Parts: sequence; structure tokens; C-alpha cells
Amino acid sequence: MNKRAIVSHHEPPTGNLASYTLGFVLSIALTVLAYLLVVNHSAMRHTLLVIIIVMALVQFLVQLIFFLHLGTETKPRWKLLAFGFMVMTVAILVFGSLWIMDNLNYHMMSPAEENTYLHDHEGL
Amino acid sequence: MSKSLSLAEHENNTKTLFGFWTYLMTDCVLFASLFAAFAVLRNNTYGGPSGKELFSLHFVLIETIILLVSSYTCGLAMLAVHRRDKRAVLLLFAVTFALGAAFLGMELSEFHHLAQEGNSWRRSGFLSSFFTLVGTHGLHIATGLIWMVVLLVQVAKKGLTTNTARRLTLLSMFWHFLDVIWIFIFTIVYLVGAA
Repeated sequence: MNKRAIVSHHEPPTGNLASYTLGFVLSIALTVLAYLLVVNHSAMRHTLLVIIIVMALVQFLVQLIFFLHLGTETKPRWKLLAFGFMVMTVAILVFGSLWIMDNLNYHMMSPAEENTYLHDHEGL
Repeated sequence: MSKSLSLAEHENNTKTLFGFWTYLMTDCVLFASLFAAFAVLRNNTYGGPSGKELFSLHFVLIETIILLVSSYTCGLAMLAVHRRDKRAVLLLFAVTFALGAAFLGMELSEFHHLAQEGNSWRRSGFLSSFFTLVGTHGLHIATGLIWMVVLLVQVAKKGLTTNTARRLTLLSMFWHFLDVIWIFIFTIVYLVGAA
């Protein structure tokens, strides 16, 4: 094998017109759909929140794959490894903060807040 | 491209791209801490208005679509870079720049509008975290726009060399990354706020 063959084998992925267009159309569709669902109050609040967050995660994947070409590199997959570590750190940071602060708020309620809380959440 | 690159140069390019990717991942962690702060403070309005009363979803949808289109034209510009089509590169990046500038202008006008009505970052914990999160994204966009102008001048002067092509690749990664962050701002700040 000559050097050129080795080089072209490792050529960074660039995508093509079809993949960029597909990523773009999917992103627009997910954005507009999420917007319409919220504007028309299409579901109960809790269900709606779950749906739009799942749609954001799907669009996240779409853009990672079609725009940032994640997962197309050859082994060793350092980009994917760095990405995985980022996802773990972000998850700990965001869910950890929410968990701790909600717990803190729960334990630091004033008597008035406690009454509303019991009324709203525990049906008392 | 492979024809004009030696193996050593190519190795360097790959390392640069990975280094920049690592920077983007750390930037994600920066945004995650701002998102966490926003999520924690979302209900701390201190008697002031909540997101539901303040934000115009219609306006933000247009902003979002503008940024998405700019991400797409940036991708098309990169395809032109790989074809070594200098005219198309300049044209498509100019379009990307115009869309990015329009997005930033809309964001600034939203900020101005909020501040005018007395709902600046001083109003409540909710608004402080809102301005910090969205403002940091806007600052990144402004940086990207300046970077884009500098690179377009370089491309116009020097043409599409190995160096300018590599810099454009890094810029395109940065621009797509900002669009990815915006998905979450659009969903978590605006849609969840209005739901």
C-alpha cells in the first residue's frame, strides 16, 4: 500500500449534500412540531414536557450525526470517548444540582409554603 | 485534498480537529452549569414576571429557524471547501454571516425590550440566570461572527490552502455546536417556560 491510500483512509468525514439536507429538514420538522405542540397545549403539562424534551434529545442526535459527523471516525474513537465523558459530566452536574436544590427547598419551607405543598402534592 | 497533504501534515490536522473537539466538549460543560443554574432558579421570580408572561414564542421560533438555516448554509460552505470552490465558499459563508448577524440582532432586541420594561437581570434570580445563559450563547455567536469575517478575508487573500481549509473546518464545528446548544435553550428556557 502506498502512503496516499493510508491518508485517504483517515480523511476526516465531511458529509454530503444529501446528509446535510436530511439533517436540516429533520431539525426544522422537530423544532416546528415541538413549537406547535406547546402553543396548542396538545397534552397535559407533564406529558407535554416529557415529549418536548425527548424531541430536543432526538434533534441533538440528528445534528450530532448529520452536522458534526459524530460516530463516523475510525478506531480508536477518541471523539466519541470525549463526547461520552462530556455527557456523563453534564448529567451529574444538571441532575445533581436539581436534586440537591429541590431537596434543600423541600426541607427549608416556611409553614405557609408547607401548607400549600401538602395541599398540592399530598392531597391533605 | 489527500493528494496535496503529506502524511505528517495530515496527522497534524487530525490532532488539531480533535483538540478543538475537546474544547467544544468543555464548553458544553460550561453551558451545562448555566443550564443547571437556570433550572434551579426557574421559579425564583421574586414576585416578578415568569417566562410565560415575558417570552414571545413566535419571535423565538423565527430566531431558531434563522440559526438552523445558518447551520445548514455553513455545512454547504464546507462541502464547497472540499470541492475547493472559492467563490461558493465566500458566498455561502457570507450568507451564514448575515443569518448569524440577524439572529444576534433579534436576541439583542429581545434583551433590550426586556430591560426597557424593567425586567433586566436585576429583577429576579430567574432573570439573572436567563440573561447569563442566553447572553453567554449570544457572546459565542458574536465571537463566531468575528472569526468568520477574519477567515473570509484570509480566504479572499490567500485562497483555499491547507491552512485556511483547516481553520474553516474548525469554525464550522464551532457554528454547528452553537446550534446544538440553542436546541436546549429553545426547549428548556422557552418551550418549557411557556408549557
